[in-house]
Amino acid sequence: MRYIPNVSEQELMLNQMNMTMEDLFKDIPDHLKGEIPLQPPMSDLEVSRKIEATVQKNKNMLSFLGSGCYNHYIPSHIKELLSRSEFYTAYTPYQPEISQGMLQALFEYQSLICDLTGMDVCNSSNYDWATALAEAALLCERSTGSKKFVVPDLLSPFRKRVLTTLAPDLEVVTVSHDERGHIDLEDLKEKVAHAGGVYVEQPSFYGFLHENLSSVGDIVHDASALFAVGVDPISLGCINPESSADIIIGDGQGLGLPQNFGGPLLGIFACKKALLRKMPGRVIGMTESESGERGFVMTLQTREQHIRREKATSNICTNQALCAVAAAMYLATMGRQGLKEVAELCMRNANYTMRKINDIPGFESPIFNAPHFKEFTVCHPQYKNVHTHLLRNNIQGGFMVNDTTAIYCVTEMHSTHDIDALVTALEGFHV
Amino acid sequence: MYRQAKFSEPLLREKSVSQRVGYSLPEPLGEPVTIPHSLVRKELPLPELSEVDVVRHFTRLSEMNFGVDTGTYPLGSCTMKYNPKITEELSTLFSGFHPLQDESTIQGCLEVLYNLQEYLKLISGTAAVTLQPAAGAGGELTGALIIKACQKGRTEMVVPDSAHGTNPASAHMAGFDVVEIPSNDQGTVDLEALKSAVSEKTAGLMLTNPNTLGIFEKDILQVADIVHDAGGLLYYDGANLNAIAGICRPGDMGFDIVHFNLHKTFSTPHGGGGPGSGPVGVCEKLKSYLPVPLIGFNGKDYSFDYDLPNTIGKVHGFYGNFQVAVKAYIYAVIMGSDIRTASQMAVLNANYLAENLKDHYEMPYQPLRKHEIVLSCEKIKRETDCRALDIAKRLLDYGIHAPTIYFPLIVHEALMIEPTESESKEDLDTFIEVMIKIKNECYTTPDIVKEAPHNTAVGRLDEVKAARNPVLAWNQI
Ligand SMILES: Cc1ncc(COP(=O)(O)O)c(C=O)c1O
Repeated sequence: MRYIPNVSEQELMLNQMNMTMEDLFKDIPDHLKGEIPLQPPMSDLEVSRKIEATVQKNKNMLSFLGSGCYNHYIPSHIKELLSRSEFYTAYTPYQPEISQGMLQALFEYQSLICDLTGMDVCNSSNYDWATALAEAALLCERSTGSKKFVVPDLLSPFRKRVLTTLAPDLEVVTVSHDERGHIDLEDLKEKVAHAGGVYVEQPSFYGFLHENLSSVGDIVHDASALFAVGVDPISLGCINPESSADIIIGDGQGLGLPQNFGGPLLGIFACKKALLRKMPGRVIGMTESESGERGFVMTLQTREQHIRREKATSNICTNQALCAVAAAMYLATMGRQGLKEVAELCMRNANYTMRKINDIPGFESPIFNAPHFKEFTVCHPQYKNVHTHLLRNNIQGGFMVNDTTAIYCVTEMHSTHDIDALVTALEGFHV
Repeated sequence: MYRQAKFSEPLLREKSVSQRVGYSLPEPLGEPVTIPHSLVRKELPLPELSEVDVVRHFTRLSEMNFGVDTGTYPLGSCTMKYNPKITEELSTLFSGFHPLQDESTIQGCLEVLYNLQEYLKLISGTAAVTLQPAAGAGGELTGALIIKACQKGRTEMVVPDSAHGTNPASAHMAGFDVVEIPSNDQGTVDLEALKSAVSEKTAGLMLTNPNTLGIFEKDILQVADIVHDAGGLLYYDGANLNAIAGICRPGDMGFDIVHFNLHKTFSTPHGGGGPGSGPVGVCEKLKSYLPVPLIGFNGKDYSFDYDLPNTIGKVHGFYGNFQVAVKAYIYAVIMGSDIRTASQMAVLNANYLAENLKDHYEMPYQPLRKHEIVLSCEKIKRETDCRALDIAKRLLDYGIHAPTIYFPLIVHEALMIEPTESESKEDLDTFIEVMIKIKNECYTTPDIVKEAPHNTAVGRLDEVKAARNPVLAWNQI
């Protein structure tokens, strides 16, 4: 076996120990040891053929899906750097002196996310946006003592389901929207009473940008609740992060990671300094060596499960560290100009596509009269049939939220040719 | 001796030069879009670097990091085995697919997930498996929520004092009161203590087997009976499955719920802290509580199965860390029945270390271990003032990653050593030799040990200062 060097040494080792392999397993009751019908091992060539054949069963489509997992450009050097096995075959940097590379990269990730979101502190990752939302809700509860958590009705059904699953003891209340999709401030004033936290997304799950978030923040704070905002980090290249937010979460997958069928993703979790000691997850801090050199360590670990056990701020242990490093590489590469440019590019391409679709008879896009970032709604009375029609043209349309509406996503990855192909296919749809 | 690379590598922000760029992008389509004034980002304080700057920066950082590919990494409880390169390469073939694509276009992705579900059922002796939890702790929380959903009114989760911190933390997050029970002088579950801990309030027991001392809980069937008779469920923390995979199965031991750490037993890389993957298997009567969706197969097509009437909901935005699952699946296919050999060799390697170190370090509790051993440096500390921490730091100087230290909590000055099946006899002999050398240094030249490490990118770091005056981002420097 090519990964197990000592197969050839085992007799020698056992002899030296004066034992047999059976002796080593004599503590396991015999009746528990049964033959498990496993397949014979495979060579590299055989497994390559098998996996390549399996991949062939997928279809490569021109896709307009987003809804929490995005197709953005990944510069080649990021893939190359992530394959440095000193990074990817290491584990949590429990021994900081020999793990400065990972620690500095994660410190830089935290710093870049703070700069991007305007928050004071950031952890070194949660599993994904949905679990970060559940952690944010629990942080609001820990900080305020209130189990009530308010979310918008136009929320991703996936994120909402994860929230209610992972925080079953919270009372999750929805606030409705006005005709532009914006949070209904009157309804919010009612719902916010005795709440521990209020959550909104910018851009919303439906792709539009709220223009009333500072009013939302005022209402939330007047009620002594915490304000959590979910973001698409790419949008922050051209859109201001909401300055009244206490917590900013989101998914960093778009920052240098492929779609990978929805995982690994990167849960971003950033907040104001006042919440630091109650924040979930690992954090990296800067310090000095005994000789005064700069160095990095995991810090504030007394919040964590391995020290605090059931009193920890979260149970998270293994996180998404390598994904955070990818995001740091991406943000360093794009930088001040590049992130702005990619954000504007997405917005322009999406708005261009949206207008073209809206011009096709029978189609309406978007539903909400508000500025849109890279996602938007497409409506058609028979959208289900539109979806099938597109599939026949090798196009994967948007995510269907109901029988008449889908959420489309357009990014810098889409060329004129791609948009033309979509528009032509939609024009060719006949009831 | 080992010497790690050392660069005084500036922070990205310190390397930034105004107007420098590291990217290229195509021209946009259509007309410029006007963003409402109140929403326009005024300042974007990101660094400005060229592609070369970025590449050198992260290459240098990588050289100041130690992975399994660098050398022996006997971090107990973490199963730092070798990560085959072919799984890395083949897993990227799936990287372009979106989780919400029409089922007809992603049959390959679903086939891999379905086959992995089936494999994990077989290897664990469970009836159904979800791949959604993103890591072991996520699996524990999923399991605890399932227990909560089907054990209404029962409020207590029993956890041994040797358990990993995530066990009580996950139980607490699910809303349980944690009841800790002591281990007996064999280092295993104290049956009398367990009997008096269980009651009509007991929802379940969370257990690792072999436990965190590396000792097989030989009374596991009695443990299961005690918990089941009290109406509780038995939860298996699969962190230590690498000792028994292919040899015996948690399902046959009486466990109702099992989590796997694919990043341990199934060899997916640990990513410097993650991503991992923590699938959960359950017995037949709990299947309907699993998170949705499972992957189903009708003999012809694969599909998402949302038909789980008691489902707890969802524990990940999509289907978990898919790419990690793909790597684990490829590993499982490559290994086939050799997974048994892997477990045997992992156990042989650990016991070989025990045999050769037992005269030099104390090893509390019984001698026969499974895949890991826990030594105590208490006597050395008493006699030389060198602590487990110091010995761990000194190992780094010899190019060996330190074991897990100060865990499990029931062993004082603990060194928890898990060699895995990947280490050759020469590597093990070197480890033994270095461990003995360091012990001698504790008695002869203790300062070398207490001031270690000397050969890493930086010397010993001040963790107290880091916590007292936290600098967590460069804008706080
Ligand atoms: C015994 C044990 N249980 C649970 C866990 C938690 O697993 P994870 O880190 O994948 O969340 C670990 C991991 O370190 C462990 O060693």
